[in-house]
Amino acid sequence: MMKGNDAVGEGAIQAGCQAYFGYPITPQNEITAYMAKKMLEEGRVFIQAESEIAAINMVFGASLTGARAMTSSSSPGISLKQEGISYMVGCELPGVVVNIQRGGPGLGNISGAQGDYFQATRGGGHGDYYLIVLAPASVQEMYDLTREAFDLADKYRNPVIILADGILGQMLEPVRIEKENPMPNFDTKKDWILNGCKEREPRMVRSLLMDEGALEEHNWKLNKKYEEIKRSEVRVETDNLEDAEVALIGYGTSARICREAMETARKKGMRVGLIRPITLWPFPEKVIAKNVDKLKAFLVLEMSLGQMVEDVRLATDGKCPVYFYGRPGGGIPEVDIIVDRIEKILK
Amino acid sequence: MKKLFSRPESLTAKRNLYCPGCGHGIVHRLIAEVIDELGVRERTIGIAPVGCAVFAYDYWNFDVTEAAHGRPPAVATGIKRILPDRIIFTYQGDGDLAAIGTAETVHAANRGENITVIFINNGVYGMTGGQMAPTTLIAQKTTTTPLGRDPKVAGYPIKISEALGQLEGSVYIERVAVNSPKNTIKAKRAIKKAFQNQIQNKGFSLVEVLSMCPTGWDVSPVEALKWIEEKMIQTFPLGVIKDRTSL
Repeated sequence: MMKGNDAVGEGAIQAGCQAYFGYPITPQNEITAYMAKKMLEEGRVFIQAESEIAAINMVFGASLTGARAMTSSSSPGISLKQEGISYMVGCELPGVVVNIQRGGPGLGNISGAQGDYFQATRGGGHGDYYLIVLAPASVQEMYDLTREAFDLADKYRNPVIILADGILGQMLEPVRIEKENPMPNFDTKKDWILNGCKEREPRMVRSLLMDEGALEEHNWKLNKKYEEIKRSEVRVETDNLEDAEVALIGYGTSARICREAMETARKKGMRVGLIRPITLWPFPEKVIAKNVDKLKAFLVLEMSLGQMVEDVRLATDGKCPVYFYGRPGGGIPEVDIIVDRIEKILK
Repeated sequence: MKKLFSRPESLTAKRNLYCPGCGHGIVHRLIAEVIDELGVRERTIGIAPVGCAVFAYDYWNFDVTEAAHGRPPAVATGIKRILPDRIIFTYQGDGDLAAIGTAETVHAANRGENITVIFINNGVYGMTGGQMAPTTLIAQKTTTTPLGRDPKVAGYPIKISEALGQLEGSVYIERVAVNSPKNTIKAKRAIKKAFQNQIQNKGFSLVEVLSMCPTGWDVSPVEALKWIEEKMIQTFPLGVIKDRTSL
């Protein structure tokens, strides 16, 4: 049995994360504590930074040497990291950022919530960019997706964000850990890293492109990467869609509630299916679009005022009704209410 | 014939775009000479700030990264912890180091990061057109202190080097100027020591360089040299602020 936050830490260790930088904030403190212990045991780098801003910029520094680096935080701290994330994207540096979401806006509360969907899936900082956004829904996935996040970040030279919440972070579940490659994966052959210009020309890492047309060209180059990610990296879990009349859509903790609601509704004879986006960006719009004709409606469930529901509406393109049920600020949607909504939709 | 003077290997042949009389070109060169003399060009990584000197990456002939405004000490920390045998230095202006990046500066010093910081103090934001800097002198006119800096409204010129000297983690801090050949020779000596300290794993070293910004000060290049002598040095006295390298 492992706590979700610890599983994130172990996933990073097994992915060969060489440097972790963090700053205390609830409900993600277990990650920082786990890394403080494990990274030092493994002889890797751990620093409790003076701020979230410093932490992400330390990730920037470690990443530009080719090392695998990570920071974690919760909603208010993730807002502070946005500057650094934008610079990392501009400089095409990989890195993993973990957001164990809490209630907002402002200091909000420390309950699990899903109010940062827009921030995560629309870049989050200034400029025209996207992050790969992974949404675990179990402790096993907290481990697996953190581990895979490092590969995706390296593959696309773009930060990857793990978007979980305080409930997943604190939850205890069994988890299977595969210790295949516990040694840091440090590839000094990458042709973009800075490690001193011995036997090669000096390199620079920058996002400032002042020459005529240079920045536009750079943005088009980034866009090509995003198109490739949209083609190759969409992940989604579906269940019972074959005979479904209503599809529930939720991610993370909401997806767990959706599953329970689906099972309860099915016992009552309602034909309900489930769509669980695992990547929030790229969003699994095709599986939604594919089902608009055979479904009576989609019902989107979120622990927010409704953010992902906009992506579902875009994907349906007005061809199928989209209903929403959500609770913001740390409220947890109840299964009974969801089943009741499904009943009303089917009448 | 013996060649007595040439471009250091650590400087590129690119013509710099700094204004006439600007101090950046001088300090870029001093750093390049020091890196050549210490033989560390191939294992140096420089960090350029946000401000006029962001273009330093075009002028230095070694690996250089940009950093967000005020964040070079955090970026340097990330690099140095992964590559402890490389020579990592930041090049930061007064706004970068002593306003928006104060926390990063203080905590890198306090952790005793084994890095070198070159701090250009010219008392003004040059890149953005001459606004008040944290080090702007009392009564000095800028676009945001049109009547002169009034400490009742805008506080005092910040002596960040003296403050950093109070921290256990800092090892060597010296303030120099580049407004005369004599001062420039002393500045080079201090910069060299700050790099040597890092090579010898002694810890956090910072050299504050009083530097000319004739454009931001609205004076001629020659008057700018005098301005440093007559005004800046009165507020920011030159000399060693802290030296624990022999301990």
